[in-house]
Amino acid sequence: MDQASLFSLLSFGPDGWGMRFVEGLVVTVEVSVAAYCISLILGLIGAGAKLSNSKVARGIADLYTTLVRALPELLLLLLIYFSGADALKFILSLISEDFEDFEINTFAAAVAALGFIGGAYMTEVMRGAILSIPNSQIEAAKACGMSRFLTLRRVILPQMLRYALPGMGNLWLSATKDSSLISVLGNTQDLLFMGYRASAVTKHYGFFYSVAAILFLAITIISMIVIKMLEARVNRGYR
Amino acid sequence: MDDSLALFIEIVPTLLAAVPVTLVLTFLSAVIGNTLALPVAVGSLSPHIYLRYPSLFYIFVMRGTPLLAQTYLIYYGLGELFPGTWVQQSFLWPYLRDGFWYAIFAFSLNTAGYTGEILRGAILAVPKGEIEAARAYGFSRFLIFWRVTLPRAIQICLPTMTGETILLLKATSLASLITVWEVMGTARQIQKVTFRVYEPLIAAGILYILMVFILTRLMMVVEQSINRHRLASV
Repeated sequence: MDQASLFSLLSFGPDGWGMRFVEGLVVTVEVSVAAYCISLILGLIGAGAKLSNSKVARGIADLYTTLVRALPELLLLLLIYFSGADALKFILSLISEDFEDFEINTFAAAVAALGFIGGAYMTEVMRGAILSIPNSQIEAAKACGMSRFLTLRRVILPQMLRYALPGMGNLWLSATKDSSLISVLGNTQDLLFMGYRASAVTKHYGFFYSVAAILFLAITIISMIVIKMLEARVNRGYR
Repeated sequence: MDDSLALFIEIVPTLLAAVPVTLVLTFLSAVIGNTLALPVAVGSLSPHIYLRYPSLFYIFVMRGTPLLAQTYLIYYGLGELFPGTWVQQSFLWPYLRDGFWYAIFAFSLNTAGYTGEILRGAILAVPKGEIEAARAYGFSRFLIFWRVTLPRAIQICLPTMTGETILLLKATSLASLITVWEVMGTARQIQKVTFRVYEPLIAAGILYILMVFILTRLMMVVEQSINRHRLASV
């Protein structure tokens, strides 16, 4: 097969894989964004727990980050995917018998699992960022009579962003790459899954996996530009 | 519950038998990858653009695409080249049919990219005064690099490399997707045979935690032995 016909396989028409790859790209970005949002929330909670006075909260947060960071992402993904589905099924079966053949949405389960994994890494990033804020800032807020929540919203969050952003940027890049793991779960329609499908059907493995890799690279390039811009913005008062 | 425990006891030996595969994958990829990282790092700092740009591009591609995509690309992409050619008759064929060597190849190239970037930063972080001192002694450029810059750079980036090696150990679980029966692959195989979801995964998880723990301890010993002259002076 010559070069031209290889690229005709990528056309956007009904015979080409072009549109499928664009759909895959969208799914990958959607999964990454959703998982990243969950990891942001878990990261904030985790960092709060790690810095809290409660021994129990610290213990749970430590267990969370240690376990997640010691286990392979693939294993965690499968474990959470299966256990999440089973737990939901169990809860729903308590509510009503109508949910007997309830099937969990692969997309939602994958997002939950990836978010849970990212949350552990995010916890460490946020914890470091909060610790980087000069203590006097928090004392000043206290002296002004700000409540703890107000201190968090007006002093800690805006200032920690500057320290957290490099780590958060890295985690976003890993989130986009880790999202490729969900193709293992089966019919996920994400970018790598499309590469898998297209190459399995056409037998042009090298070509279609390269296409998928190049599209991942495109996500990375755009993300890096946006992260640069964001970093310049949060640092605008400091240079 | 008793049931689960019995299954645990039954499957642990099978999983333990797969531990060497995971360890060999990690070890070989780390050795080959970190060796390849050296020319990548040096190239990325070279004043010649023909060396610098390709090295930087290599680092960018390896860090910018998912390892799983790289693994598939190498396994299926290279795999489609060989059948039907002279390679199939050659002595290499038994190796080229096995996912294991493709996994090593993919992980090594990936590690070379990541470690290359780390080493690049570490080389830049070597204090200028030490290099100037070596030059004042009349060291040649090669000798400066070999005796001063490189050992210092490795010392600087060793803690990061420890983290990288643990990431590599975890990443070897992806080899299970290209038919390598390491710990993760064996766990999934047991899942299919026993129709049990959790026990094989949890048992494999415990093994991974143990391996990470031991590896962390080992790297701590290495770090201490490399920094021993510093400790002695304290």
